[in-house]
Amino acid sequence: MLNTYVVYVENKPGVLTRVASLFRRRAFNIDSLTVGRTEKPEVSRMTITVDADHDQARRIEANLYKLVNVLLVENITNQPAIVRDLAMIKVAATHEARSHVLELASVFRARVVDVAPESLTIEITGAEDKIDGLLEVLRPYGVLEMVRTGIVAMRRGKSSAPVSASGSDLDVAEEDVSHSV
Amino acid sequence: MRDGKPMTQKNMTGASILWECLEREGVQHVFGYPGGAILPAYDALKGSKIHHILVRHEQGATHMADGYARASGQVGVAVATSGPGATNMVTGIATAMLDSSPIVCITGQVGSKLIGSDAFQETDITGVTLPITKHNYLVTHASEVARTIREAFYVARSGRPGPVLVDITKDAQQTTCEFDWEAAKPQLPGYRPDLSPEQEEYEQALELIHNSKRPVILAGHGIIISGAMNEVREFAERAGIPVALTLLGLGAFPASHPLNLGMMGMHGEAWVNHTIQEADLLLAFGMRFDDRVTGNLKTYASNAKKIHIEIDPAEINKNVKVDVPLVGDLREVLHELLPHVETIDRSEWLDSIDKLKGDAAVRDIQNLPDSGHLYAAHVINDLWRETRDGDTVVVTDVGQHQMWEAQYYKHEKARSLITSGGLGTMGFALPAAIGAKVARPESEVWVVVGDGGFQMTLCELATIVQEKLKVHIAIINNGFLGMVRQWQEFFYERNYAATPLLNPDFAKLGEAYGIRSMTVTERSQVVPSVQAARQHDGPVLINFRVEQEDTVYPMVAAGAALHEMIRRPSKIVETAADE
Repeated sequence: MLNTYVVYVENKPGVLTRVASLFRRRAFNIDSLTVGRTEKPEVSRMTITVDADHDQARRIEANLYKLVNVLLVENITNQPAIVRDLAMIKVAATHEARSHVLELASVFRARVVDVAPESLTIEITGAEDKIDGLLEVLRPYGVLEMVRTGIVAMRRGKSSAPVSASGSDLDVAEEDVSHSV
Repeated sequence: MRDGKPMTQKNMTGASILWECLEREGVQHVFGYPGGAILPAYDALKGSKIHHILVRHEQGATHMADGYARASGQVGVAVATSGPGATNMVTGIATAMLDSSPIVCITGQVGSKLIGSDAFQETDITGVTLPITKHNYLVTHASEVARTIREAFYVARSGRPGPVLVDITKDAQQTTCEFDWEAAKPQLPGYRPDLSPEQEEYEQALELIHNSKRPVILAGHGIIISGAMNEVREFAERAGIPVALTLLGLGAFPASHPLNLGMMGMHGEAWVNHTIQEADLLLAFGMRFDDRVTGNLKTYASNAKKIHIEIDPAEINKNVKVDVPLVGDLREVLHELLPHVETIDRSEWLDSIDKLKGDAAVRDIQNLPDSGHLYAAHVINDLWRETRDGDTVVVTDVGQHQMWEAQYYKHEKARSLITSGGLGTMGFALPAAIGAKVARPESEVWVVVGDGGFQMTLCELATIVQEKLKVHIAIINNGFLGMVRQWQEFFYERNYAATPLLNPDFAKLGEAYGIRSMTVTERSQVVPSVQAARQHDGPVLINFRVEQEDTVYPMVAAGAALHEMIRRPSKIVETAADE
């Protein structure tokens, strides 16, 4: 089944490579991976979806934690969460098809972001199945080009465990250091 | 102040800070090889108390650091230049990674402005070593050197130990900054090496232990790393549970102990593998169910519950699904468990194991009389008899001799065997033994190595001589890549493709390096040669010319069930008919 992880990492060079390399070398199959800034400049946030069974999913989490730059891993697959994918779809839309395509876009609450003589570009944000749905109905008109970001996800309600690359609650290791050296 | 040294100092070069930090981390020896991008560091070495050992190949430096770490439990350090110097370290780093050995590798890198330009001797070594290090760093400013070195040592030796590589650009070595040891404390907010089990998990484990009728302890390398030898012994004795060992676990539990079963796995004792298959509970102590110890997972100990005490959570349920995982430092976990472990009479189980042992005795050729053949098992058994009372470290390479050593050298103490288990790195033994001897100069160090592996890193003979190290080298020379030949014999219809070796005269070779050398072809010469080596004031090389087509028995074929072993045919026993 598809598992969704939210992974907080230190915002340092090479961290994305470390995470991607882990999935490759352990033969875990990434479905999508997005990475971006967070509310804290020293922390980046990844949303990773992976096809894995229950045991594999737990091992993925444990392996992510083996990476020194990984701060927090949450498997939100079975948690109430907001999940969003963004797609831009360029559809062949000649004069006669144009109004049909516009109608479909509006049904899906998608936005037209570019109009050209032979095509329309539609931007849609939503859960993956919603985007799949729009794609399905646009296909007969001719999808010329498509790009999707892969999902970003956030748990509903209260925020995740606070994360900081220099803050308080995850500094167990640092405290230890002062004793051991 | 520490050792009378000021905690801060202005205008130190990155190179001087490097050595200063290594000293403060307790480093006394480094193994290295200079070159362009690391030259500023070598220039600053003169102001340091650290002894630099010049190797002959950077792979050797990493194996030496590894051997140093395994012999002492301290972090070993290897130094190399950029490009080829760094890439030559790759095999040694991977070896340390697979066997959880704490080493820190320092490499020079081209100037930070040149990175990415394919400059002379530029290699993206942090990229290359990313999957084979526990962590690695690229340092581009002198001001980052101190913290990085402190973090590297902390990461290398804490939790599940492993190799850390620190790549330092030439300009980071040359430029100056203020050195402040205190301010350079590690900042590793995501690193959690100190996990411990839940109370509930302890209770579940105890329940399984107390309800078990046929338990076995599987003793691994983690016991030695954790320093839990006494705790394991106390546990086994109190609970009356027999102990089977992995290759890297040998020495973690005394071979002579009545509860010791011996080595498990592909070339383990037959009774050990049968015991595991018949067990109703496996207690895995600091081992990771490698394919070489489990055989076919589908049929592995299928009637047994499993308790896995392991410091690395990523090992839990990786190969074998366990019933109770106890994630934490083995010694601490056993401290928690021990007061609650009840003494249970398991004599019925132990007696049934003893019966299995009797059935395996035919393959035991160690006591066979001299029939004119020199078997590797004879050599190793005699070596053991001669050196067993001393503080001896045996360092083996990879292949048949390694398995015979594991079978016939009875290890009583932790850190008395150093061998490449996980990666199976040929060429490991000679340099690793140098590292072991440097770490423990009072110990007697023996290299047990095949003729194939010896030739992979034999250039380090020069390092032995240069450093005046009394390291003894026993070459088990059968003129073949013996273990590969054995696989060809069993699984490739005796098609000995590319396994016969045309060797030099190893004794002459040793002499050329200035090492006292001899060749032994008969069993009667084994003990005298070992005695001569021990008495000689310096390194000795002995070329043991053993049976060419001898085979390691028993053997579990790759992928076969653990109890389906290829056993020694009776032919060998007949060679001893002149008893």
